[in-house]
Amino acid sequence: MDLIRLVEQQQLRRDVPDFRPGDTVRVHVRVVEAGRERSQVFEGIVIARRGGGVGETFTVRRVSYGVGVERTFLLHSPRLDKIEVVRRGRVRRAKLFYLRGLTGRAARVKEVRERPGQG
Amino acid sequence: MVTVKGILGRKLGMTQVFDEAGRAVPVTVVKAGPCVVVQKRTPARDGYSAIQLGFEEVKEGRLNRPRRGHLARAGVRPVRILRELRVPDAEAYQVGQDLRVDLFKPGDRVDVTGISKGKGFAGGVKRWGFGRGPMAHGSKYHRGTGSLATGGRMSGGGGRVFPGRKMPGHLGAERVTVQNLRVERVDPEHDLLLLRGAVPGPRGGLVIVRSAVKG
Repeated sequence: MDLIRLVEQQQLRRDVPDFRPGDTVRVHVRVVEAGRERSQVFEGIVIARRGGGVGETFTVRRVSYGVGVERTFLLHSPRLDKIEVVRRGRVRRAKLFYLRGLTGRAARVKEVRERPGQG
Repeated sequence: MVTVKGILGRKLGMTQVFDEAGRAVPVTVVKAGPCVVVQKRTPARDGYSAIQLGFEEVKEGRLNRPRRGHLARAGVRPVRILRELRVPDAEAYQVGQDLRVDLFKPGDRVDVTGISKGKGFAGGVKRWGFGRGPMAHGSKYHRGTGSLATGGRMSGGGGRVFPGRKMPGHLGAERVTVQNLRVERVDPEHDLLLLRGAVPGPRGGLVIVRSAVKG
């Protein structure tokens, strides 16, 4: 298995910030449109992270014009220009799927200024 | 140059890599070679053209005497595995020559042969894709084979099962070839081939990688 990990290692990005479910992130996605490449921003709450290695993904949820939109990204995809952490959220579980059933004020996640064991 | 190329290897497992466009491509990692050419088969002597490849170095004491003698005659290192590879131009190879993954380059098409995972004694649903009955609601017909469909005027009104009828039985653990896999990446430093898609057999299983028959 170690050789597999070696293959995967070469694919990993080093510039992935530390973020968790509950955090609000701004994801810059590279999209090819009419033969031209440009960056698109998708901002929302991280509701899940799953997998490990090159296959790790995270899911971002936002409500846009009253419609819930979720996008799942490959964490190490070269199509992501940048991931910015906008806000840290305080949550008590790893998967925030319960947010789908909530709207408006109820769907907010409390912010934390500092996390224990973190700078 | 050589037209059909081949190498022996071991399947390490699957993962994914990103291509130039940033797409995630599923790949099987195969540790292949170095393989040594042990013997050449020629139409003149053997009636066909092939090369015998040796793979995986072992301590000499692990081999029985006939095997040791065979390898000593070729003057090659002790190897665990010997396999023949049919090539049209055995003469293009040298006995003792090493074959490595750099035989292949990204973009090449290859066929991969391996022994598929054994599934044991499998029922008709798994083995032949039969439909199954309802699992509940009072049904007593779940995954059985059902009627063996004899009868009809042609068979004299039944009384026998046609030969070749698909029935439960042993599945897997047979030689399987997957054709036309794309070589995504080659790593000569670690003797690795990254092949797009799945390859027969368990992790650690022996596989034969050779140029695709249907390019």
